[in-house]
Amino acid sequence: MTVIETPTRITTPSVVDGVGASATRPDGVPKVDGSFIYSSDEYHDGSLWGVTLRSPHPRARILAIDTSQAEGIDGVRCVLTHRDVPGSKTYGMKVYDEPVLAFDEVRYQGEPVAVVAASHPEIARRACELIVVDYEELVPNTDPEMSLTGRVDGLFGGGLARHVRIRHGDVGAARALADVVVEGRYEMGTQDPAFLGPESGLAVPLGDGGVELYVSCQNLHLDQQQVADCLGLPLDKVRLVLSGVGGAFGGKEDLNVHIHACMLALRTGRPVRMVYSREESFFGHVHRHPAIADIELGATRDGRLLFTKVRLVLDGGAYTSTSQVVIANGCYFAAGAYDVANVEIDGFATYTNNPPCGAMRGFGAVQSCYAIESAMDRLAAALEMHPLELRMRNAIGEGDMLPTGQPVDGPAPVQEILAYLRDLPLPAGVDHGTADMRARPGGVGNVTRGEGIRRGVGYALGMKAIGFSGGMDDTCTARVTVWIRDGEPVAEVYCAGPELGQGVVTLEAQIARTELGVRTVELRDKDTDIAESGASSASRQSWMTAGAVAGACGLVRDEILARGARALGRPAGELTLDGPEIRDPAGHPLVPVAEVLGPEAVSHAFTYRHRPTEPVDDERGQGNAHVAFAYAAHRAVVDVDVELGLVKVVEMATAQDVGKAMNPAGVEGQIEGGTVQGLGLAVMEELQITDGRVRNPSFTDYLIPTMLDVPPMPMKIFEFPHPDSPYGLNGVGEPPNLSSTPAILNALRDATGLELPRAPVRPSDLITEPPDGRAEPE
Amino acid sequence: MLRPSSWRGAMLLRSQYPDASPICGGTDLMVDINFGRARPATLLDLTSVEDIDSWELIDDGRTVRIGAGMSYTRIIDELSGLCPALAQAARTIGSPQIRNRGTVAGNLATASPAGDSHPVLLACWAQVEAESVRGLRLIDIDDFFVGPKRSALEPDELIRAVRVPAATGPQQFAKVGPRNAMVIATVSFALNLDTATPRVGTGIGSAGPTPLRARAAEQMLQDSLDDRWDAPGSVDEDVGRQFGALVAEAASPIDDVRGSAEYRRHALAVLGRRCLSWALQDLGEGEVAA
Repeated sequence: MTVIETPTRITTPSVVDGVGASATRPDGVPKVDGSFIYSSDEYHDGSLWGVTLRSPHPRARILAIDTSQAEGIDGVRCVLTHRDVPGSKTYGMKVYDEPVLAFDEVRYQGEPVAVVAASHPEIARRACELIVVDYEELVPNTDPEMSLTGRVDGLFGGGLARHVRIRHGDVGAARALADVVVEGRYEMGTQDPAFLGPESGLAVPLGDGGVELYVSCQNLHLDQQQVADCLGLPLDKVRLVLSGVGGAFGGKEDLNVHIHACMLALRTGRPVRMVYSREESFFGHVHRHPAIADIELGATRDGRLLFTKVRLVLDGGAYTSTSQVVIANGCYFAAGAYDVANVEIDGFATYTNNPPCGAMRGFGAVQSCYAIESAMDRLAAALEMHPLELRMRNAIGEGDMLPTGQPVDGPAPVQEILAYLRDLPLPAGVDHGTADMRARPGGVGNVTRGEGIRRGVGYALGMKAIGFSGGMDDTCTARVTVWIRDGEPVAEVYCAGPELGQGVVTLEAQIARTELGVRTVELRDKDTDIAESGASSASRQSWMTAGAVAGACGLVRDEILARGARALGRPAGELTLDGPEIRDPAGHPLVPVAEVLGPEAVSHAFTYRHRPTEPVDDERGQGNAHVAFAYAAHRAVVDVDVELGLVKVVEMATAQDVGKAMNPAGVEGQIEGGTVQGLGLAVMEELQITDGRVRNPSFTDYLIPTMLDVPPMPMKIFEFPHPDSPYGLNGVGEPPNLSSTPAILNALRDATGLELPRAPVRPSDLITEPPDGRAEPE
Repeated sequence: MLRPSSWRGAMLLRSQYPDASPICGGTDLMVDINFGRARPATLLDLTSVEDIDSWELIDDGRTVRIGAGMSYTRIIDELSGLCPALAQAARTIGSPQIRNRGTVAGNLATASPAGDSHPVLLACWAQVEAESVRGLRLIDIDDFFVGPKRSALEPDELIRAVRVPAATGPQQFAKVGPRNAMVIATVSFALNLDTATPRVGTGIGSAGPTPLRARAAEQMLQDSLDDRWDAPGSVDEDVGRQFGALVAEAASPIDDVRGSAEYRRHALAVLGRRCLSWALQDLGEGEVAA
């Protein structure tokens, strides 16, 4: 049997790197020096390659599929279509509506139709080209406004996936009292998660008819369930192991290679590798929902918000994925982080023949934050009030009521966050005559020496729930084992919470060091042999894993101390565990742990639960739906060349409450990354889709920010301990992604005086001056 | 994979395998191969060919002869004085890794309208050395681009070098893209004020089926400068506006994922006007732009 190389058992031999330290990531050096094993590197002797044939049409009827030519090629081991799916023909995170392989009809461009296993990936690709699919092309439905009717032929639910209604207070009465009312429509294009590690994995058939899948994903157990259902196998015959994940951002919550690789492996009896190409990857995962938001805000003359009315449409594309939950989350926070008594929110998720959309960092709240924060600046302008002042006057605080009727609990330090941005000095202006061209809009393109440049400053505030909402009682289980090696206690942590790059494995080791005082922590492979941890999503995994690992450590510690108490003849309550020693209350060593344990290991599992939540009701959207809330804000400073429409983001200042910075360097990385992903959405990142077809599925034309687009990010990390969470921590990953985009849009509006109703802005949107330069300032 | 070690060997293989795809930096070709758009049966690997990765001055020091294998990084490091616009164009290309591998000759062989070197080569009246077993010929840059991604190269020819007249006056290159680095041009523009002749050269990128020359703009500016090459400060601002407008008129852009035709024309008018103002400023200061 060949050894499969995976990044197992990482040892971190340092006792100092406990909770609160910027402990080094165990996967950091391997990722930098290239030795890290990503899912695309998984290898097995004798493995075949799997390749997917995808629909070229956004919508078509499948009349026939002829695989005979492809099967005749030397080196091809099998060609599978929907007829070969052994179990459920469909899968999905919430609803089983996405075909494993298309039957009857294809509903989006890039939908998988057949899979091929061959001895070489190029042979498999050529075989795919020889599969003859007889399509009858149909006119794709691509307008979400049409889908809202719920009567579009050929779409699930006639096009309407969900309508969420939130009613709080009396908007009609409040409108009559408002001194100022503003309205606006804000649109957002389709963002792609653009992770660098493409979808990939290795399926290994087992002798007992089962299969083992090494894959990059965000939730091993939910994936296991869907894979088993579609393979027609019991859960214990389908084992998933987390391989190296090269980024996910929500785009790896849905299945990709999983079932296909397993089907090919089980059919051929050989291990099968699959790796999507970059272009294929753009069709192989869900995107952020494009959005249209209509907002109406009313306020008193002195800037007190009286009402907020929002209509939010998110297009989910061809299949459900998580659309019904994304629209709910978008609606929960559509009124922003503000105390407003009268709220009407109607949110719609639609089906179309556009590419499927689902989870992406922020999960609906990115779209609604962009909309409400844009509208808040419009309101500030109408009130002739500084936009930061308007936000501070209305900022939500502890005890205030959300539109869903839930009182805000836990720290809500929004005033502190905004005050940091208010008091932070603005960056100096640039002398464009002498500055390095990289400091100017257009960068190395050398397009300006100061001509046409206007500076703008913009603010935005964001709020989002942390953890799963609406009655989902999710859990996380960890097992911690301690034994003696070379006279020293060693701890092993075992938990299935996926490491996507966010650093949860670093935290696992930090927690074990803190709780047990051990120097050496080993991390076991993440797989489905242990109970579930839930998804690395909703900014929840650090919270949930910390609860599980700390709980398991506590059980282990209690047992070691109980054994020590028996050996010493003293009550356990008088003893403390400090790495290799059991000590008395004064800190004097009493007995080495090695002596107490001998050759035995102590091992305990613990299942952590957050506080229960409840769903909101259908009529008025009221209910205590959330575990916790997190807040962040940004101040963006931009330079815009108003003749060419090019942008240099000069600075992105941000403040965020994280409860407890478990690993400050990791927290900074998350805030920087979220801010930059929001910057991309503000000024360049858009999957361009026309008539259901993606026009830029490449990193040549789907642009993400480079080093030269990323500005300095002065940052304030607040640590107001959360009362309900392990160590007082709060979720960190998503909040910086919320307010970054609207802060930049607001800065661009400040610089240009334009309304800019759509993100991302294109250069042509930002031009205020004619090309002949006659409007140059004196 | 054919891997000649000498130029002579490369030409012989080229004549035997006219369908082989020459590869040197690979920064264009490998993208097509990786995306499945090209599946060349044979690659002619020029990376081992000796003596094509350097430059020399010829023609009494008036012309820079740039070897086919010379990287953009070396052009930036070694030729920013002799060929300032070409060096500036090279700075805008890709990432450091791509500039370490990519070459002007490769850019020419692909002949994309978006190739960043091309506007500069047009503005400088460069010549392409095309060689085959039949012999060496010089192709004027104005005759080189014959269609979208099509050049005047014969199937058995390889680009041996590019001849670029050394700058005698100010040169400018500017490129617009929605990202501040590592971006394919939405449009680009090059301007060369050749004070020796004297004459005006221009080049436009990403705004037509091929790289283009703005002839009317060149003529207008030449007429305006006329006897004022030594006193450019007296050139009217209106000349800049007219020049920009004529540059925009010379383009025949399309709408695509990188920008609209309307935006491209607008941006070219701005670039034309700005590049001219910088060049005239440099001319007034008696400097060759660096």
